[in-house]
Amino acid sequence: MRTRALMFAAAAGVLLGGLAPRPASAGTWQSVLERARGQQVYFDAWGGSERFNTYIAWVARQVAACCDVTLREVPLEDTSQAVTQVIAQKAAGQNRNGTIDLIWINGPNFYELKRRGLLYGPFAQRLPNDRLVSRRDRELRYDFTVPVDGYESPWRTAQLVFIYDSAYVKHVPLDIRAFPAWVRRHPGRFTFPQVENFLGVAFLEQALYALAPNPSVLERPVTPAAFAQATAPLWAWFAQLRPFLWRHGREYPASGPAERQLLEDGEIDLMPSFNPASAAVDVATGRLPKSVRTVVLTGGTLGNASFVAIPYNAAHKAGAMVVANFLLSPAAQARAGEIRALGGPTVLDLAKLTPAQRARFRAQADNPWLPAAAALGHVLPEPHPSWAVRLAAAWERRYTP
Amino acid sequence: MTNGGGLAVQPQQPSGLGQTSSWLRHAPQLTVALFLVPIGAGLLGTALPAFGWLPGVASRPWTLAPWRALWAQPGIGTAIGLTVTSGVSATLLSVLLVFGWCAHRSHRPPGRLARAVMGPILAAPHAAMAIGVAFLLAPSGWVVRLLSPWLTGWHQPPDIATVQDPYGIALTVGLLVKEVPYLLLMSVSALGQVPVQRQLDAAAALGYGRTGAWLKLVLPQIYAQMRLPIYAVLAYALSVVDMALILGPGNPPTLSVLALRWFSSPHVRMYFPAAAAALLQFGIVALSIALWRASEVLIARLARQWIARGARHSVLEPLAALAHVLVGALALLGAASLLALVVWSGAAGWRFPDLLPQRWSSAVWHAQAGTVLWPLGTTLLVAAAASATALLLVLACLEQEQRSGAHGRSRTLWLLYVPLLVPQIAFLFGTQVLFTALRLDGTLLAVIWSHLLFVLPYVFLSLADPWRALDSRYARTALALGASPRRVFLRIKLPLLLRPVLIAAAVGVAVSVDQYLPTIFAGAGRVVTLTTEAVTLASGGDRRVTGVFAVLQSALPLVGYGIAVLVPRMRRGSLRVRSAS
Repeated sequence: MRTRALMFAAAAGVLLGGLAPRPASAGTWQSVLERARGQQVYFDAWGGSERFNTYIAWVARQVAACCDVTLREVPLEDTSQAVTQVIAQKAAGQNRNGTIDLIWINGPNFYELKRRGLLYGPFAQRLPNDRLVSRRDRELRYDFTVPVDGYESPWRTAQLVFIYDSAYVKHVPLDIRAFPAWVRRHPGRFTFPQVENFLGVAFLEQALYALAPNPSVLERPVTPAAFAQATAPLWAWFAQLRPFLWRHGREYPASGPAERQLLEDGEIDLMPSFNPASAAVDVATGRLPKSVRTVVLTGGTLGNASFVAIPYNAAHKAGAMVVANFLLSPAAQARAGEIRALGGPTVLDLAKLTPAQRARFRAQADNPWLPAAAALGHVLPEPHPSWAVRLAAAWERRYTP
Repeated sequence: MTNGGGLAVQPQQPSGLGQTSSWLRHAPQLTVALFLVPIGAGLLGTALPAFGWLPGVASRPWTLAPWRALWAQPGIGTAIGLTVTSGVSATLLSVLLVFGWCAHRSHRPPGRLARAVMGPILAAPHAAMAIGVAFLLAPSGWVVRLLSPWLTGWHQPPDIATVQDPYGIALTVGLLVKEVPYLLLMSVSALGQVPVQRQLDAAAALGYGRTGAWLKLVLPQIYAQMRLPIYAVLAYALSVVDMALILGPGNPPTLSVLALRWFSSPHVRMYFPAAAAALLQFGIVALSIALWRASEVLIARLARQWIARGARHSVLEPLAALAHVLVGALALLGAASLLALVVWSGAAGWRFPDLLPQRWSSAVWHAQAGTVLWPLGTTLLVAAAASATALLLVLACLEQEQRSGAHGRSRTLWLLYVPLLVPQIAFLFGTQVLFTALRLDGTLLAVIWSHLLFVLPYVFLSLADPWRALDSRYARTALALGASPRRVFLRIKLPLLLRPVLIAAAVGVAVSVDQYLPTIFAGAGRVVTLTTEAVTLASGGDRRVTGVFAVLQSALPLVGYGIAVLVPRMRRGSLRVRSAS
């Protein structure tokens, strides 16, 4: 995909060179709504989840009805495809009428676009619903330690949890240091996605937080010395873990959903997940048995938020802002939080809502498949994006035959 | 095994059969141009960055750094070994099984059951089939469930790598499930041009066994027609992406999967080793085909002596019978895999070791009903347009070749096979440049054109040999009786070759429906077909949704094959009635 876009750059550069980007124009929200009318917004998003596609289809119906905006989802296998396309369009000098209006983005992909100045904004503060967003949560202000600065608008939050099948195991490790002993007792019953996958590398980063002599180095860009020092205990820990992983640690599931299938098939008993509600959602749709439970590690786990961003050259910026604003509306947030939709915590501060709006965020404390509410909330910030890259590369060098 | 000695019946090449209209004269050139331009751009787009040249991103021309980066990647040696062993063994086994199957059945065509099973397997997209096969073979899959816990004692699936195994055995099996029926179809079509029964009767009268006679008499006659399909299978098996993602190991995966992984990495520098890997992939395919060709020559030389000795072997019979059984087992595996996907699409809860879901639900079908119509329509439109264009061009090329008695076919038309022999990921990236420059990026036309690159060779492959092998005396007689070349084409050749023509069209539809990467690249992600939806959803690993899409994806080409089988039969029926009256 990258190549496609780079070659696009090579070709289109000749044709389209020399146009300067338009500065982010100010204006009232009313004028944004007016400009958005009739626009067709291309929303590039990971399309691997049927539930997500269904939710976006619902959003599309809503923004069409309220604001005369046509939302078209462009399903991606990987968000980096969209990143590549924007980088290539910049290289080609296609500074207006870009093909992407809105991207579901976070972490390394956001970092890549922001540091190259390829995002439109700051726009988040201009969205009327932005005032409802919770200001307490660090992960809404720093995306993998990178300041958001209004260049993306949040719409979901995520926190690392572990899902296990209580039909087969009664106790699961609640501390990274307890994992080696647990897998020794339950050989072959735990694994995590391959490190090319964000969830796979997140599990290693969680371990890095717990094991590194000085975890604060993770918040700064990685250096060879810091990396060597921080990861030494991690490799010792992993050497104890690996022989007792599923497939003896020689093979790993491709992604979180692929691992969920392993849990359903009974090939494993324990898996990581980035959506605290995913077990509840999967039980509701019959994809996991009722015997599964969700736990959070003591001392907190990595958390992050999902955002939407607008490329600097988007053709329909007003329409994209209308969609971003709608995603933050109490109605959209409540809908997304429903177990049958996406599940998971809202990005809004419920205290800022009216009682009627608040009532739509029903407490789901009685749901046995959700983690205990008290366990959530202690969120560790994601390390700087450069750590994930180096960690994945180092892991591959060590463990690829 | 090549056409050698006096054994082969070379199709007579008529020279100067009738005059040629001007547009027809340019058909081969037009066809080749439609191909050369995008593929040339594509190959260049891969070759240049493999040596450090990438405009707009990095220009350090003529360096071997990308290759050094490639060799420095962890697991690269293992990945190359895996690619070669799985690709070559899948092809070799497919060929042996198909010839064994044909030899065992000698002149009998596939039975009704075989045809009924083969249709859906041929029609099913590779990705869908791979997901089904993975479920059957997995330690928690149908086969183990069938035997658990009563026989195995397993209440939990065992921790054995029966899929995604480090040796690529599951990948090889998955490839066999798809490629054996394809080669069978090609051999049945080739066998239709040889008087098999008469020759085998004669051989039997001389005391040859069924299998030995088939190998010595029939195989040398059909091998020339089988050669390109076999090369296409070899190239495909060596560079397959979707099946390798699902059935192959991931740490490391095959070379093409590695290349794709790097191509879609968020780090631009990974583009260089990716381009080098794509070029290496091309080299591996080219070398494998060259070695295969060399083996053909060697085997043909040895086989000629073997045939000349005139020995009557009995050992061949059980081997052919074994191949026959194994082909049956593969067909069973393929059919069961597709059935498994259908079952999964309606499963609410389905845990090990239950043979069938505990609870059923139509929720997934309901949820998809609204979203499927648009991709379905797009898929149909693209498949129909690409197949029709391909058929038109192929027929024009073949007709031109016969009318002019051209020997030019070997000079230019072999270029048509380039898309089958060059790994897809290698040239598609570069092909995109052309579409962008022509402002076709993201349009249906671009998607149809890029599908044509893959549809046309398969249509040509299916049709060229039966067309060329048609006894030229039919056409000569008609011409001698004063019919125009046009009339000969429409009233003699087309009706006689209706079956291969329709099969070629059905193959074209199936190939078009199967295309994932070309649709993504040419369509800029905006042209959504059943396959792009299915593969994107398969990246989410959901067997239920994949089941829904696999059923629909398989249904489309199946309708095509159904028409290809039924229409000639109806025609034959009507011809019989006409001749009887």
